[in-house]
Amino acid sequence: MFTPEAELGSVLARRGITRRQLAKYLSGILATLALPERYLAQTMAAVSKARKPVLVWLQFQDCTGCSESMLRSSHPDVADVVLDLLSWEYHEVLMAGAGGHATALLDRIVKEDAGKYLVIVEGAIPTADDGVYCTIGGRSAMDIADKVCRGAAATIAVGACAFDGGLVRSKPNPTGALGVQEAVPGIKVINMAGCPHNPANTAAVLVHYLTFNDLPALDQYNRPLFAYGRVIHDQCERRAHYDAGQFVTEWGDEGHRKGWCLYKMGCKGPEATFNCPTVQWNDHTSWPIRAGHGCIACASPRFWDKMSPFYERLPNVPGFGVETSAGELGLGLTGAVLAGVTAHGLIKMIKPAPKPETPAAAPKEN
Amino acid sequence: MARLVVDPVSRIEGHLRIEAQMEGGKIADAWSSGTMFRGIELILKDRDPREAWIWAQRICGVCTMVHALASVRAVEDALQIEVPDNARIVRNLIAGSQMVQDHVVHFYHLHALDWVDVAAALKADPAKTSSIAQSISDYEKSSATYFKGIQNRVKAVVDSGQLSLFASGYWGHPAYQLPPEVNLLAVAHYLEALAWQKDFIRIHAVLGGKNPHPQSFLVGGMSTAMDPNEPFAVINPERITFLRELVKGAQKFVEQVYIPDVLAIAPLYKDWFTRGEGLGNFLSYGDYSSGNEKDPKSFLFPRGAIFNHDLTQVHPVDAAKITEFVSHSWYDYSGGDSNGLHPSQGETNPKYSGPKPPYDFLDVDKKYSWLKSPRYDGKPMEVGPLARMVVGYASGQKEIRELIDGTLKKLGATPAVLFSTLGRIAARALESLLMVHHLEPWVDQLDDNLAHGKVQIFNPKHWDPAGWPASASGYGWHEAPRGSLGHWVEISGKSIKNYQAVVPTTWNAGPRDASGQRGAYEASLLNTPVADPDRPLEILRTIHSFDPCIACAVHVIDATGREHTIPSTGGVLANVGRLL
Repeated sequence: MFTPEAELGSVLARRGITRRQLAKYLSGILATLALPERYLAQTMAAVSKARKPVLVWLQFQDCTGCSESMLRSSHPDVADVVLDLLSWEYHEVLMAGAGGHATALLDRIVKEDAGKYLVIVEGAIPTADDGVYCTIGGRSAMDIADKVCRGAAATIAVGACAFDGGLVRSKPNPTGALGVQEAVPGIKVINMAGCPHNPANTAAVLVHYLTFNDLPALDQYNRPLFAYGRVIHDQCERRAHYDAGQFVTEWGDEGHRKGWCLYKMGCKGPEATFNCPTVQWNDHTSWPIRAGHGCIACASPRFWDKMSPFYERLPNVPGFGVETSAGELGLGLTGAVLAGVTAHGLIKMIKPAPKPETPAAAPKEN
Repeated sequence: MARLVVDPVSRIEGHLRIEAQMEGGKIADAWSSGTMFRGIELILKDRDPREAWIWAQRICGVCTMVHALASVRAVEDALQIEVPDNARIVRNLIAGSQMVQDHVVHFYHLHALDWVDVAAALKADPAKTSSIAQSISDYEKSSATYFKGIQNRVKAVVDSGQLSLFASGYWGHPAYQLPPEVNLLAVAHYLEALAWQKDFIRIHAVLGGKNPHPQSFLVGGMSTAMDPNEPFAVINPERITFLRELVKGAQKFVEQVYIPDVLAIAPLYKDWFTRGEGLGNFLSYGDYSSGNEKDPKSFLFPRGAIFNHDLTQVHPVDAAKITEFVSHSWYDYSGGDSNGLHPSQGETNPKYSGPKPPYDFLDVDKKYSWLKSPRYDGKPMEVGPLARMVVGYASGQKEIRELIDGTLKKLGATPAVLFSTLGRIAARALESLLMVHHLEPWVDQLDDNLAHGKVQIFNPKHWDPAGWPASASGYGWHEAPRGSLGHWVEISGKSIKNYQAVVPTTWNAGPRDASGQRGAYEASLLNTPVADPDRPLEILRTIHSFDPCIACAVHVIDATGREHTIPSTGGVLANVGRLL
C-alpha cells in the first residue's frame, strides 16, 4: 500500500540516508528557524519528494567565499544538500562541465524549469559601462541575472555583495556594483547578508522553502527575521563584562586574556543584528568575538562604508553623535530593531505563515 | 583553424575564459582572459591601514586569509613593527592549515572530475575497489560494503535523472582512462573529502572565529589572546588539545587518502607527465619561518628563481626586478602602456576596450583581460606548489628533496616529469604532506609557550597612529596555496595612499606582455591534443593543474631577497620519509 510514509522510506533508502539522520538534521534546522518540532514530519516529507527542486547558483563579482561557506555546511552535511535535498545543477565553482556545456545547461533550466527552480546569487552585479566588469560566456552579469532571476521561483542573495553590493560597492564603487534586489528590481528575493553568509541560516531557508513553498518572514531589508532579528550585543557571551564595565583596552591585556568586552576596541556588536553568537560558524565551533576580535557588523546594510573605521569606538562612526554613550546607543538601536520587528510582524517571526494551500498539499503527519 | 572558447572555465575560483586556436587536433595558440574586475585596490585608498587586511582578505574567499596575512605584513613592514613569536606561530598554523585544506579541496572537488568518470563508477565491482583501496592505504573505510553503499548513492542520483553537480559532465569522454573500480574509489573519496574539509577547517574557527574569512589578524600580532589559566582565553590548554586533534586528523587524511589516491591515479595517465609543460621559469618568495620572519634562511619553503628548467642554478630574488605590464590588459598606464611598472609605482586605471557584451570572441591582438602581466627580470614566471617544490629541490631543501626523489623513484621517473600537468598535481600533494607534518610542531610550540607563561601575541608599539611617521611604505609577501603573493602599501597622513597586490594567479594566468611573451597558462596549453572540441577536457586538465583563482588576480612589491639554506627539522622529516 502506498502511503506518504512508505514513499518517504523508499526515497530515503534510495538516497542512502536513514530516517534518523534526516530527522536529526531537520530538527537542527527547525531550531534555527525558531519553528516548533511539530513541523518535523511535514518538513521531512517535503524534502523527500522524489523530484528534487533544481538549484542554480550564480557567481558574479564575488570572492567565492559564500560558496566556500556553503561547503562548510554541517547540518545538513554539504554532501546531503548536494545529493539529496536539491538537484544542484549549475554552480561554476563545483559543476563538472564547463564552457558551452555549462551555459547550455543554464539556458535549458531557465527555459524548461521556468518558475520552478531556485536561484542563489553570490557577488555583486556591476551596472556601469554596459556591464563589462563581469562577463560569463561573453554575456554580462546584468544580463544573466536578469534572465535567470526573473524566471526563478525565488532568489536567495547570499553574502554582503549580493545583498547590497557589499565591498565591491564601497566608495568609490569603481564598477557601479549593486546587490541583486537593486540590479534586478521587482523579483522575489531573500537576503542572507553577512561576509560570508552563514550556511546554517541558508540551509534553513532552503528547507523552509521546500516545506512551506514560501520564504520565512523578512525584515525591511528582506533578511529573514529568524537570523537577523536580534542585536549581537544582546546575545553576546561577553555582555556581562560590558554591564560590569570590564573592557579590553589594549590587545593582549589582562581583560583580553579573560574574555572581556571588546567595545572599546571598536566592536560593532551593539549596532549589528545577526544570530552569529548563537548559530556560530563551522559546526558551532566559534565566532569572531570569541576569537578575540570585535564584530564588524558584516550582516548590516552597507556595513563596509557605514561601520568602518572598524577599530574606532562606535560613537565615532560617522552617523552617530560623538557624545552618545555605548549604553544609550545599544538601547536606541535595540528599540529601533524591535520596532521594525513589530512592524513586520513579530508573530510571523516565531510562527511560519505558509500559504493556505500548502498544508493541504503536503503529506499528512503520521 | 577553428577558434575554441571555454567560458566559463568551471571548477575554479572566479571568472576565466580560454580561447584556443586549433590546428590538426592540437592547440596552436592560446589566450587566457580574466573577465571580472572589482577594483579593491581603488576601494582601499584613504582607509585606515590597520584594517586594510579586513578588506584585502575579501579579494578571495577560497584562499581566504592569504591576503589578510600579506596585508598585515605589508603594513607592519611600513611601520617597522615586529610581531611576537606567538603571532608568527598562529599565523603559520592558520596559513599552513589553509594550504592543506585548500589543496585537498582542489584535488577532489575542483580537479578530480577531469580524470574521474563518475558515471563509469557504476560499472565497478565494489569488492575489487575494496582490494585496490586496501592495497594502497590503511584508511579504514575500505570494505566492499562501504563502496557498494557509495555506488548505490551515485546510482540513485543517476537513476533519478537529476544529476546535480554532475549533470554537465563529459562522462564517457575517450580521455577518461581509469578502470571503473578506481573511478568508484575516487568518487567515494570525493564525498569523504567534502566531509573532512569542513571538519578540519574548524582550526580557523578556533584561531579566527570562522572560515571563510577568519577575523583575528591585527597589525602587530593576532587577537587570539593566550592564557594558560583562563577558560575564556582564545588559546588555552583546552584549545591546544582541540587543535592537536584536528591536526592529527588532517595528517591521517593526507597520508591515508590524498597521497595514495594521487599516487594511484597519476601512473594511469602517463601521457600527462609530458603535457602542459609551460614556461620552465619558476619563482618562489619563500615562507613559513621557524624564527625571524625577515630572514629567508628560516623559511620552510626557500626563496629563489629558476630559469629554463635549469635545476642546477637557483637565482636570488631581487624585488626590484618585478614589473607589471598592461599592454594586453584593460588598463591604462599614465606613462604609456608599452613599459612595465614596478609595483611600488603601480597604477590601477581600468579602461575596458574589449567587445561590448554579449560577444563571441575577444580581440586577442589587442587588450583581452582584466589581469595584468607580471614579469620577473622581464620574463614570465610560473608560481605555485610546483615552483615551490622545484625551487626547494634545486636549493637542496632536505625534506623537499627526499619527498621528490622518493616519489620519482616510486613512479620510476626523472625530475623532467615535474614540468608537466601531472607534475603540478604531484607537487601540490607532496607539499600538503610536508605542511601537514609541520602543523603539529607549531601547536607544540604554542603549548610550550603557554606552559612557560610566554603569552605575548601582540606588539602595541605602533597601534596608535599618533606615533606613525608622516609617510611610510612597505611590502608583505606570503607563499599562498597558489603561489607567491605580495601586497605593497603606501601610507600617508595615517591613511592608505596607494595599495597594490600582485597575486599568484596573475603570474600564472596573465595575458601576453609588451613583447608578446605568453603567460604560464597560455604557454602550457600549446601543442595539447583536444579529442573533441565540444568537450575540451584536455584544456581543463592543464588549466586546473594550476588551481586558478581569478578573483585574486590583480598587482605589486619591493624587497631585497636573498639566499636559501634550510634548517633541518628531523622529526618532521622522519614522518614524511616513513610514507615513501
